[in-house]
Amino acid sequence: MVASVDAPEKMVGKAIKRREDPRLISGAGQFIDDLRLPGMLHIGLVRSPFAHAKIKRIDIAPALAMPGVVAAYTGSDFMELNPLPAAWQAGGVTNHTVTPRVLAVEEVHLAGDPVAVVVAENQYLARDAAEAVIVEYEELPVVVDAVKATQPGAPQLHEEAPNNIVFEWACGKDADVVDRALADSDVTTSLHIINQRLIPTPIEPRGSIARYDPGTGDYTLWITSQAPHVMRLLIAAFVMGIPEQKIRTISPDIGGGFGAKIFCYYDMPLTMAISKKLGGRPIKFFEDRIENYVSTTHGRDHITDIEVGASSDGLITALKVKTWANIGAYFSTIAAGIPTTLYGRMIAGCYKIPSIRVDVTAVYTNTAMVDAYRGAGRPEAAYAIERVCDAVAAATGVDPAEVRRKNFIQPDEFPYDTGIGMLPYDSGNYEGALDKALALSGYHDLRAEQQRRIDAGEQKLLGIGLSSYVEVCGVAPSKWIGLSGEGWGAGLWESANIRVQLTGKTVVTTGSLPHGQGHETTFAQLVSDKLGIPYDDIQIQHSDTLGTPFGFGSYGSRSLTVGGTAIFKTTDKVIDKVKRLGAHMLEASAQDVEFENGKVYVKGSPDAAKTIQEVALAAHVAYDLPEGMEPFLDETTYYDPPNCTFPFGTHVCVVEVDKESGEVEVVKYLAVDDVGNVINPLIVGGQLHGGIAQGLSQALYEGAYYNDDGQLLTGSLADYAIPKASQVPWYDLDSTVTPSPVNPMGAKGAGEAGTIASTPAVGNAVVDAVRHLGVSNIQMPMTPERIWAAIKQAS
Amino acid sequence: MSTAVAQSVVPVDITVNGVEHHAEVEPRQLLVHFIRETLGLTGTHVGCDTSSCGACTIHIDGKSVKSCTVFTAQADGTTITTIEGVAKDGELSAMQEGFWEEHGLQCGFCTPGMIMAASAFLETNPNPTEEEIRHSLEGNLCRCTGYQNIVKAIQYAAKKG
Repeated sequence: MVASVDAPEKMVGKAIKRREDPRLISGAGQFIDDLRLPGMLHIGLVRSPFAHAKIKRIDIAPALAMPGVVAAYTGSDFMELNPLPAAWQAGGVTNHTVTPRVLAVEEVHLAGDPVAVVVAENQYLARDAAEAVIVEYEELPVVVDAVKATQPGAPQLHEEAPNNIVFEWACGKDADVVDRALADSDVTTSLHIINQRLIPTPIEPRGSIARYDPGTGDYTLWITSQAPHVMRLLIAAFVMGIPEQKIRTISPDIGGGFGAKIFCYYDMPLTMAISKKLGGRPIKFFEDRIENYVSTTHGRDHITDIEVGASSDGLITALKVKTWANIGAYFSTIAAGIPTTLYGRMIAGCYKIPSIRVDVTAVYTNTAMVDAYRGAGRPEAAYAIERVCDAVAAATGVDPAEVRRKNFIQPDEFPYDTGIGMLPYDSGNYEGALDKALALSGYHDLRAEQQRRIDAGEQKLLGIGLSSYVEVCGVAPSKWIGLSGEGWGAGLWESANIRVQLTGKTVVTTGSLPHGQGHETTFAQLVSDKLGIPYDDIQIQHSDTLGTPFGFGSYGSRSLTVGGTAIFKTTDKVIDKVKRLGAHMLEASAQDVEFENGKVYVKGSPDAAKTIQEVALAAHVAYDLPEGMEPFLDETTYYDPPNCTFPFGTHVCVVEVDKESGEVEVVKYLAVDDVGNVINPLIVGGQLHGGIAQGLSQALYEGAYYNDDGQLLTGSLADYAIPKASQVPWYDLDSTVTPSPVNPMGAKGAGEAGTIASTPAVGNAVVDAVRHLGVSNIQMPMTPERIWAAIKQAS
Repeated sequence: MSTAVAQSVVPVDITVNGVEHHAEVEPRQLLVHFIRETLGLTGTHVGCDTSSCGACTIHIDGKSVKSCTVFTAQADGTTITTIEGVAKDGELSAMQEGFWEEHGLQCGFCTPGMIMAASAFLETNPNPTEEEIRHSLEGNLCRCTGYQNIVKAIQYAAKKG
């Protein structure tokens, strides 16, 4: 019964295969679309074809008359449900917050806004019936561009938001101070950046299945959510006005999220309310890809103007940034935090810039809501500051690598306060990562080859792009991020519980949860090493509010740094109890025993040890416990981090640009990342690969476009440019290791680093290839057409 | 429901993972829905509505096919393998093993389709170059891995033979 007495092998730092994989490679995963509940009904949504219109009339009767249709409703049937909550409003400023209802009432604000719902016996019938609903609209004028939306005479979306402005936010010094610093600079240059709208596109779309229990009045809600506990809280407290404990939320296997599955969506309370109306029949919503594209959140969509000042030898002296952030037709759950805390406050990047000012205007337009997408604000910041570094290099004639080196925060200057309201950067050696990247890429040889091709008049030009990034992970200390600070409407701690059962088999529950990141593997490695319990004896449970302590979920690369630290601290509590009970079993005092490799023994007498499994058995049967000790090894931690963590690194991208056609080929991609200490290098490598692909794809391929009528032109996977295997390069990964002092593992976080670093590396490479032709800027995605046009225009 | 049931149906005989099935299906039913809803084989996934993502890839008579592009009625008389039928007697195929060994998956949603597409590809090209592997995946999208470890997984399977 009792597990092995030998200390198990050390697991932390090993590239072990994921324990999640056997089920996923065998077709045995359980995604939301795979769940089968008895009596389950399917909903079909009737969506507005117009981007802005008054709803004049809805006739559901034709749908109700169809075979297999059980019910049909309009927005007026759900007026007892409050509009969806805004969980993060911009801190310190007025927010004109308008959130959507489960179904639009009176007016629609984007093409795809749901206005009615039908409920049918299967998905085919639900589709047919949705088509049969008659809706009469009166079209209203449309605006899709954030800058145009703020101009006089622009169509107005919401009475509550004059000029379509959601909020105006700023950080850094007073504008006149920065203007003077710019005026006093040796050189100044400017840059206009469109950080284009992207569609997150997890390969699994979103869905909800709700079941109401008429006997108890309780709901069970299965959702494709990165934050099931938070969804339960938001839906219960803010949308439905019922106690949290009346709802159980469960996230089954999730087919990717990338941020788009963090938020509270209409279908969650809608399916719950319909299940109640229909006496508890389970109600299923699973969007198709076209619905996903029009009505699940998008990312980025910034228009930015930058002025930068520098000394003649490349020292950056002043930075002034103005950004219009398009947040779409309504305010999504945490939309406000992206262009403010996670963008404006990270604009300094790795650099000591004495004078910074960032102004952000967030704007409503007749488009899909914009919220966090992998990186969330930090990719936009990194792209801006890294493009600025190259612009300064061009303006001063200093090599781009040397501009970065000259302005870096130095290793002995941490913790470092950039002076624009971000928490102090925890640790770093930016020059170390740059030097390694330059050496591994053969940077100086590449520069020589670049010049050779120019001199020889060759058609294929070489471009070398650098990106020395820093980002913020592991958000965040609750006191800083919360309502009196950055405006997040809750805490942002994480939780863990560990139970070492009678048999020694161990259950760890966590408020973090995976959607592809391998938490079950990484967390088990961590616990195995700490407690000396075999890896295979440890199970990680997550994603179900019944049976796991409250957690804020997985986003912002916070699972290991915050959730993992909660687990780490819980193992300390378990060890403390094992030592006290072990000492009692060894007839020694607790001060006289040591715990090592899963064994407790009197100092100097390791041979007479008790294993943690023996102690767990003794704790469980409770025949002989020290005075006052409770039975069972069962410990819980709620961990609120003292700071965020700040991963960094340098990526080098080398491209060939055909100066006749504008075609780009990425010929080398090298990443030197510093994510602190690593638990599982296989998983960290995979996170970096995927992140790099997404960021590279923003630079070269992806972009979501609306026409002036508010129709999404890139509204399907046939139109939106998700990269294929043949369109991405081989990624060479290397690293430096600068442990974070913030958490006991020294981890910094790795989920978003690749996305943040790669967009500017690729963008800088393309511009670098053609800069000698007079091109200083190309907007993303840098398609052959745009590159070709830029070359033609410059010549 | 009576009218719906009275709609015209067509009889089909399809062998899936070695099991013969006879069913009466709506002419418009997509094969992927027959596999998922009628047979309950939910390892075959639906990720788009434009035949772009490849998450629904299966083998029909040994060939790699996106099951969202085929009506069930068209598959009458065929022999189908889905991801659930790939492992034999609990033993993973070389391709499945490759995906596990090389960390060729993260969320796992595209993975069944990737494994089906890649194993059919190796049947036609047992010793592919990296470039050939990448081009063979034109019809299958992955948003998590950046494809590098998928390429390595296929190389692993090719090497194992």
